Amino acid sequence: MTASAKPAASSSAPQYKVLGTRPIRHDGTDKVTGRAIYAADLHLPGMAYGRVIRSPHAHARIRSIDFSAALALPGVLAVTSAADMPDLKNKFADLGEGRVNLAHLGANCLAQGKVLYRGHAVAAVAAVSPHVAEEAAKLVRIEYEPLPAVTWVLDAMKPNAPLLHDDVFTESMGQLSDKPSNVSRHIHFEQGDVQRGFAQADVVIEREYRTASVHQGYIEPHACTALWNQDGHVTIWTATQGSFSCRQQVAELLELPVSRVTVVPCEIGGGFGGKIPIYLEPVAVLLSRKCGRPVKLTMTRSDVFEGTGPTPGSFVRVKLGATRDGKLVAGEAWLAYDAGAFPGGMIGPGCMCVFSCYEIPHARVDGYDVCLNKPKTAAYRAPGATQAAFACESVIDELAERLNIDPIEFRLKNAAKEGTRRVDGPVYPRIGLVEVLEAARASEHWNTPLAGPWRGRGVAAGYWFNIGLKSSASASVNADGTVTLVEGSTDIGGTRTSVAMQLAETLGIAAEDVRPQVADTDSVGYTDVTGGSRVTFATGLAAYQVGLDIRRQMAERAALLWECDPALVRFEDGVFRTDGRSITFKELAAKLHATGGPVVGRAAVDPEGPTHGFGAHIVDVEVDPDTGKVTILRYTAVQDAGKAVHPSYVEGQMQGGTVQGIGWALNEEYWFDDRGQMRNASFLDYRMPTALDVPMIETIIVEVPNPDHPYGVRGVGETPIVPPPAALANAIYRATGVRLRELPMSPPRVWAALAAAGKSS
Amino acid sequence: MKEFEYAAAASVDEAVSLLAAHGPRAKILSGGTDILVQLREGLREADLVLDVKRIPELTALEFDSARGLLLGAATPCYRIYEHEQVKRAYPALADAARIIGGWQIQTRASVGGNLCNSSPAADTIPALIAHAAVCHIAGPDGRRSVRAAEFCTAPGKNVLGRGELLVALEFPPPVPRSGARYLRFIPRNEMDIAVAGAGVWVRLDPTGQQIEEARIGLAAVAPTPLEATEVAAWLAGRPATPESFAEAGRMAQAIARPITDMRGTAEYRRHLVAVLTRRALADAVGRARGVG
Repeated sequence: MTASAKPAASSSAPQYKVLGTRPIRHDGTDKVTGRAIYAADLHLPGMAYGRVIRSPHAHARIRSIDFSAALALPGVLAVTSAADMPDLKNKFADLGEGRVNLAHLGANCLAQGKVLYRGHAVAAVAAVSPHVAEEAAKLVRIEYEPLPAVTWVLDAMKPNAPLLHDDVFTESMGQLSDKPSNVSRHIHFEQGDVQRGFAQADVVIEREYRTASVHQGYIEPHACTALWNQDGHVTIWTATQGSFSCRQQVAELLELPVSRVTVVPCEIGGGFGGKIPIYLEPVAVLLSRKCGRPVKLTMTRSDVFEGTGPTPGSFVRVKLGATRDGKLVAGEAWLAYDAGAFPGGMIGPGCMCVFSCYEIPHARVDGYDVCLNKPKTAAYRAPGATQAAFACESVIDELAERLNIDPIEFRLKNAAKEGTRRVDGPVYPRIGLVEVLEAARASEHWNTPLAGPWRGRGVAAGYWFNIGLKSSASASVNADGTVTLVEGSTDIGGTRTSVAMQLAETLGIAAEDVRPQVADTDSVGYTDVTGGSRVTFATGLAAYQVGLDIRRQMAERAALLWECDPALVRFEDGVFRTDGRSITFKELAAKLHATGGPVVGRAAVDPEGPTHGFGAHIVDVEVDPDTGKVTILRYTAVQDAGKAVHPSYVEGQMQGGTVQGIGWALNEEYWFDDRGQMRNASFLDYRMPTALDVPMIETIIVEVPNPDHPYGVRGVGETPIVPPPAALANAIYRATGVRLRELPMSPPRVWAALAAAGKSS
Repeated sequence: MKEFEYAAAASVDEAVSLLAAHGPRAKILSGGTDILVQLREGLREADLVLDVKRIPELTALEFDSARGLLLGAATPCYRIYEHEQVKRAYPALADAARIIGGWQIQTRASVGGNLCNSSPAADTIPALIAHAAVCHIAGPDGRRSVRAAEFCTAPGKNVLGRGELLVALEFPPPVPRSGARYLRFIPRNEMDIAVAGAGVWVRLDPTGQQIEEARIGLAAVAPTPLEATEVAAWLAGRPATPESFAEAGRMAQAIARPITDMRGTAEYRRHLVAVLTRRALADAVGRARGVG
């Protein structure tokens, strides 16, 4: 499948029967035959079709909304706007991943008083068909008073910048600013004595980096159907990364008890963090309440680009100092990330990740969360880390070059390891960065010379925390010896299988003998979002504990059969044994009804994250000096997976994340005109890489077991998007002698840089 | 998307009378790869969508080395590059037909449709200019012909009047020692719109060392595809050398009038048109010498 090397495991690695194998995914047949039900596939009797009306302005006051002409159109069933939402001023909710200002959350779903970005939802209609809804949407008369807009983070920080909110103040060290500001938060981390540190440095390099907004680019646009039933119960079928989080957000916004809302998660066509926030769901619920029918809302591709979360555009300044022998002694970073239209972007993790790969005794980081007239940012695969790594890993490369040290050697000399204290405080437990860098250094790719003009090889490292959080699971033993597993983690990366495999390993049965199912919010215990690369780790841990619970109950049944003390029943390799007697899991499963009835295992966990994912990438490029186009010749991604439960999926995550990072690095960007309007809101002009733009991404899985998981699992999904921009920038430098410090490194930008350096025609 | 009528004409006369009756509210459906998207996205509106693929003349592909090529306006792209003789005789056309969208698009999309959509960035139009194609148009007042180079009048606009229909494109017969090439620049490797494009055709003298005649069409550097007649005239009689190609590139750059948009800046497009013209000339000369 890939050119993956054998996992570089330690010699004392435990032997597993299921983990590390590559069974066919449980949901595979339905997906390749088109039978899997995605949110847009849902059809209910009497269903109405909604349409959201979106702002044509980047920033404007809403003077009035007149629905009369729309309501007069035959077939129109309901209309709604923010006027139908409860007043949520100054209400907050804890959504597991942090406190959320409900007024902002609501105003992002339906604009309240002002529109803050082009594509901001203002109103919605429901009608008997999508075509009538579309015509009705055109008949809704909305009067706007356009306001000046700002779309670049540094512009939005200026004192005279157009102000988005009069209720957002800058929070810095627990203090609030006197006046409202677009800057909602200032973060400051410090360790050691930065001044003293830089005084020890023989070489100091300071550079500035800029990145554009990019979108997650999931292939499935957002879609949902909501039914407000006559009894007041709300059911929502939707594409979400977190059914419980969706339930809570909708319940909080509409001031309903959570038990009155059921969220049924459908199959999901990609999320990457972008399907954690809610957009359509409360709107569909309001429309359904008004018309008494289930209401379906779907987004077009341009709705997705203009109305849902991209990742922040950013400005990052990094200064690093090192001694002549290649030891980092001091670091300083200043990061400004745009949050989009509402506060609460990705600046926190950006600040925590910027120096996360290195031991830097003296360091200081300042970060700013900045509102501006773009869609509210959403999480995107290691949110905030890629921008920071682009800056830090580029300066690291310059330092290595200046010191005449091999770039991997330089990273190894300074690599974070067990005991390293990160600038934001935590001290790392056992982590695998050194092993990852050693595997990169030993790789066939790194040891194959690259020849030819305009060619260069770049390398970069990357880090993402990965989280733990809450997961529930239960499983029933069937009479045929199979097990039905019910979990609450929506499956965006093959986790049904990676979780089922952990249960299978625990029970000593085949992966195929576990039938995993992702259940709705009424059918499984609370489970946090599928995010933070947590599911294989945390829901996998729940599955392991479910397995232990089943083993304990099954051992009791065996004891009953054998009339012995349950404590004397041992379980090994799928067989229950006591003195001289044994029974396989399957044989015992057939006897459950005769020994007391069904066996159901259950578990609810809330493990401590993070699981610390480190990676390193190597890339070879060729640059066309006439056009500035960068062609990727070869790419290798190396990563510590802890334990690769299903190596194909780990490789798939590494490849997928890498390709998204390549798109971010080379061509993807929100292109705004001077009125703050995005002009490339389509897959034609928002240039994600196609299959023809990337080579096969080679993968090397390293396994340094996570001590906090029974099988050593670490999260793997996010880390691989972090290194590509820096690795590519470093490769382009080696190919051309020119350093690119702004993303995307698109052909016109590379050409302009080469021309400015006198290296192009 | 609003409801519209659909009709499939069986003859040119029937199509013309339907078009004349509906005027600009009638839209022609050939491969549909542009019009269906435009209707869905509200960029164009129609009361009547007129399918012309059932008119035999519009899906013809007739090649004769003495008479040239007659290409029906609705003939899909793949039929060009799968036709050995046509591919050899009109290589720039084949280059363009092979890079419009992906394979699935190429089985539907037509050169005539690409021309009638009249985008300044259309890939086939520089190739039509390079190959000196002529457009045969039918209308309420009978038939007329227009050079492909003069077909487009503004972005999305062309010479077709009320009731008029592009029936076919006619290409002159291939001549010895000639070669052609269409090159475009896109940031990705496929599935993209030209940031700039250049289609060139050259005829060499019997020694193969000198250009006797040339034609050049440029894409995405003006409101319409451009015919670079000055550059072509300058090339006639010049040696077929890299220096000549580079100078022709610089001349093409001088006549380009590009804009800045999400697909590229004016400065970059002006630069690219020189690079593409130079490279396309080198390739076309190579093909004329039988080595391309």
